[in-house]
Amino acid sequence: MNRFEYVRPRSVAEAVAAAAVPGSAYLAAGTNLLDLMKIGVARPARLVDLNHLPGLDGIEHLPDGGAQIGARMRNADLAYDPAFRRRFPAVAEALLSGASAQLRNAATVGGNLLQRTRCAYFQDTASACNKRRPGSGCDARGGENRLHAVLGWSESCIATHPSDFCVPLVALGAVVEIEGPAGRREVPLRDFHLLPGATPERESVLAPGELVVALRLPAEAAGFAAHARYVKLRERTSYAFAVVSAAACLRLEEGRIVASRLALGGVAAKPWRAEAAEAALAGATPDAASFRRAAEIALAEARPSGDNAFKIELARRIAVRALLLAAAGTPDRLPALPASPFASVPGGFHG
Amino acid sequence: MSLSVTLTINRVPRTVQLDDPRVTLLDLLRERLDLTGTKKGCDRGQCGACTILVDGRRVNACLALAISHDGADILTVEGLSDGERLHPVQAAFIAHDAFQCGFCTPGQIMSAVGLIGEGQAGDDPERVREGMSGNLCRCGAYRGITEAVIEAARAMAETAREEAA
Repeated sequence: MNRFEYVRPRSVAEAVAAAAVPGSAYLAAGTNLLDLMKIGVARPARLVDLNHLPGLDGIEHLPDGGAQIGARMRNADLAYDPAFRRRFPAVAEALLSGASAQLRNAATVGGNLLQRTRCAYFQDTASACNKRRPGSGCDARGGENRLHAVLGWSESCIATHPSDFCVPLVALGAVVEIEGPAGRREVPLRDFHLLPGATPERESVLAPGELVVALRLPAEAAGFAAHARYVKLRERTSYAFAVVSAAACLRLEEGRIVASRLALGGVAAKPWRAEAAEAALAGATPDAASFRRAAEIALAEARPSGDNAFKIELARRIAVRALLLAAAGTPDRLPALPASPFASVPGGFHG
Repeated sequence: MSLSVTLTINRVPRTVQLDDPRVTLLDLLRERLDLTGTKKGCDRGQCGACTILVDGRRVNACLALAISHDGADILTVEGLSDGERLHPVQAAFIAHDAFQCGFCTPGQIMSAVGLIGEGQAGDDPERVREGMSGNLCRCGAYRGITEAVIEAARAMAETAREEAA
């Protein structure tokens, strides 16, 4: 780990001012940043510690049914907030399917958005990586890339965004609230992360010094609470990143889908909202045939970036599974293994 | 800013001067305070051997900067027993043979104390296994660990009921 200067601001304004110095990085829990500093991938000259700021660590349930979540709120605290679980069950399920209990107790909501890819070549400083060292190449192309992106990737970078939390958030139209040197602004989460293009080192729309202060879920997102699930396929039962995942949310009236939300995880450099698939579900019956058609549409643009063609069909199946589980209804209690695809599907579906 | 950190560690206030902000809570405990019960396994948040309670919550001490935790209340495995009387989780680990080599055990025990405090798993083995998935055991003592956590959870719930009565 490189040496760094440590700064402890007492207000958001002080933090933003401190982070204006080039080479600065914000420190929240540090569960991702300190890890990357230990392996030399992140080398900030200055850490601006957010842990002693007042506030920004709780949730406000808004009168209209939406919610505003402070960026310093811990993942576990959000997942276990009773009103949040009731209104946004797919988000709680996604949170509890991520990392370990220890990490969820520390890691923050804002940090979750900004976590870095788990691409092994990004993490290995001896490898070429356009994200870590622009212009150096991409050793993931032609390397071990079975878990890499199948949507939105470029010749420069085929890494994926590792977050579970962001997948239902983007499905539900979450908004990111940002403070920065130029003042306050808001960005829809769907526009927050950037696809790699020719500049994979740019991962979000945040300008230098800008700080995520809150996330907001709109009131209409709570309208899906009765039919909202997250499903995540992992290479082991627990404590693993998604190979592919899907968040599915439905509003059903008289046996028809009147509104739907679908997003995929583990497939791209950003949480992937599948709006064309959502449009195709409008007015459809909530059954396996409708869901399979929607999944085909969601993955229509997908193409392998290496030895990962299997992920395309896998993503379709996980999307169908998430939609079927959502149609069956949100369970009263989250399952023992949150987001597990091995839980039984009501109605005896085994596809 | 002076790099001094004041922590309550196992109920004792301690102030430590740091010569470097890079010190993690794990290294502070082990290298500066000779509290070596907390183990360094992977040092990257993957194995859980360094699990401690910070303000009552289980976390990985290897991924926590000490300077950032100024004012925190820390509980390590050394602070768990009441004198010679073992904590119910410690007693259950012995009763159920919940370890072989013992290296992961302090982290397992602290994680179990945290899990029981969170109150989400109860005595459902599947929820206990899921809740303990951040603690790896290379000897594969998981069966005994799960049994020990369940028994300790029941014993602690029983004690709480008796105390309430």
